Amino acid sequence: MATDVQPAVAAPLMRSLRALVIPVVAVLLAMAVGALIIVITGANPIEAYNAMFTGAMGSARGWERIFEKATPLIFSGLAVAFAFKGGLFNIGAQGQLVLGAIASAWVGFAFEGLPWIVHLPLALLAGLLAGAIWGAIPGALKAWTGAHEVITTIMLNFVALNLTDYLANGPLKDTTPGNVVARTPAILPSAELPLIGPIPSGVLIAVLLAILIWWMLRRTTTGFEIRTVGLNQAAARYAGINVNWRIIYTMALSGMMAGLGGAVESLGLIGRYQPGFNSGLGFDGITIALLAATNPLGVVPAALLFGVMRAGASRMQFVGVDAEIVGIVQGLALLFVSAPIIVRKLLRMRAPAPGEEITLSTGWGN
Amino acid sequence: MAQATLVAEQRRALPSNLIWGIVAVVAVIATFYFYGTRPAVTTAILASALRQATPLVLGALSGLYCERSGVINIGIEGMMLVGAFVAFLTNVYTANLFLATVVGVASGVLTGLLHAFLSVTIKMDQIISGTIINILALELTGFFYQAGLTTQGKLTPVAIPLLSDIPLIGPVLFNNPPITYLSIILVIVTHILLFRTVWGLRTRAVGEHPRAADTVGIDVIRTRYINVMLGGALAGLAGAYLTLEAVGSFERAMTNGRGFVALAVMIFGKWTPLGAWGAALLFGLANALQTQAQFSNFDAIPHQFVGMLPYILTIVVLAGFVGRAHPPAAIGQPYDKE
Repeated sequence: MATDVQPAVAAPLMRSLRALVIPVVAVLLAMAVGALIIVITGANPIEAYNAMFTGAMGSARGWERIFEKATPLIFSGLAVAFAFKGGLFNIGAQGQLVLGAIASAWVGFAFEGLPWIVHLPLALLAGLLAGAIWGAIPGALKAWTGAHEVITTIMLNFVALNLTDYLANGPLKDTTPGNVVARTPAILPSAELPLIGPIPSGVLIAVLLAILIWWMLRRTTTGFEIRTVGLNQAAARYAGINVNWRIIYTMALSGMMAGLGGAVESLGLIGRYQPGFNSGLGFDGITIALLAATNPLGVVPAALLFGVMRAGASRMQFVGVDAEIVGIVQGLALLFVSAPIIVRKLLRMRAPAPGEEITLSTGWGN
Repeated sequence: MAQATLVAEQRRALPSNLIWGIVAVVAVIATFYFYGTRPAVTTAILASALRQATPLVLGALSGLYCERSGVINIGIEGMMLVGAFVAFLTNVYTANLFLATVVGVASGVLTGLLHAFLSVTIKMDQIISGTIINILALELTGFFYQAGLTTQGKLTPVAIPLLSDIPLIGPVLFNNPPITYLSIILVIVTHILLFRTVWGLRTRAVGEHPRAADTVGIDVIRTRYINVMLGGALAGLAGAYLTLEAVGSFERAMTNGRGFVALAVMIFGKWTPLGAWGAALLFGLANALQTQAQFSNFDAIPHQFVGMLPYILTIVVLAGFVGRAHPPAAIGQPYDKE
């Protein structure tokens, strides 16, 4: 691997290529270990992976399912990645997402007689706000009391789970005769997210959001302040940044992204709120954010990859492999991408310069 | 400096200030009052509180062993889940409850070893390392669990002769299943180990000031490995409690956030074993009241709101106590030997 090129031209390109090595190798390594587990259960890993990929990508319907699966993953991945940039670990994307989903569904079915140009944005806004509030709570707790967001966000996931369960079984329950399950009524046509050509507009919103967040972090003062707080709170305080306010702001925005993901799910895919469609999305968001090295633009391909896996997973059952193997592969990918030293040892790569690695806030706040 | 902190810590170890005294007196009076009016229900609630506190206090001790040596353990939830699953499987195939408990604990040690390797040796961010353990535990146990497996019995209460005949105290304290007894013993053992032995002093030194500890010849890396593996063992025991003693079977994601609640319990207890026990009893009581409310068809409040109680309590505790209690100083920082 001789890299004897002109640095001035090739260095940025080489750097972005090198940045790809760790996540790509991490995913391959995770699939290799996943293959071992498949062998242990007595099935053929090549058949299994083949079934997964052709099942997902072999047909138009398959690609639709990839987009369906990948869209909420982009939102939750962005939520986690954005919080990481501010030095915060948002494990609560799940809760923020379900609250966003139910809030937008409520506006979607309850506000009759509005033209779609008003109704749809209003429903999206409801999801956005619900997520933002649910994200701002742990942010405020962290800023004012020092309670660590890792525990408070996960606790709020459980609270959100109970809350949506209550709403979908109680005040917001679908009362059409014959319905016994917990769900809200169907949203009105004026709140539905349309298809743009063959592509659901949810995907486009997700990709646009990724670009917007990337731009905001790179090019705006707000973005700069968020990253500064993330890198060094003491230095940020010294530079005159209101750190507590930035923490609350970052968590609210992070929750907002997850909430928007929930809204897109309700308005674009399910057509109502129905619990259970999105279990585990918060954890997937963590894996995706770290695979993307917390780069908002990297979140999109990482989420697409997971979308492919999720879309094709059920096909693996035909060759005798439980679909849940995909979860293990994703968990292993997270392990290998977070332990880049393993990949580097394998490839005999040099360690990166300091500052290239992800650093999180350590300790219990303060 | 470090010496002074450690000495001060020793004195603070027993939460013996006035407020706690008043709380205890109020609790005792309330207990006697309720026992006087409704003895059966009061006894049931208190006994249930003690048992529900068991996985929380074990989880809190797990966090304590790790954090006192300077390693954050956010992976208690996953370690518990692995312990619960492995103990369950062992019981299914061997029908030996003792062996199942031991194997469950051993599986916890292995998860602890993984956490130690990731956070101590390769110096991964400790919170990410714990999160990886949580995710892998959830996925692996979900994948290998097959519905329809049935357990071969459950750990049952062992009445201690004579003591269990005392009214109220007897049925609450002296008629419990083995892991519940063990958890109480472990609280006391941990307290003595941590504050009365050389090992405890070394552990605390490593957690407060690893460089100083290293200078006087304490092996920081080894201490952290041992502590994190002990923490894994305790989390594994908490998991074994769930499948072998409390529920009697395994369910996907059955830990239900208990590992995180346990961390709040540890913080509420100010990183001391006795404090953690007190905090765990409080959470256990909240759970017991919740269960009792469901039993007696108490429907003035929707059950979902009652179900939120332990989680909201956790948040309130964290918000109220983190600022005032001090974690070990070197927590979260990997140790670089110069």
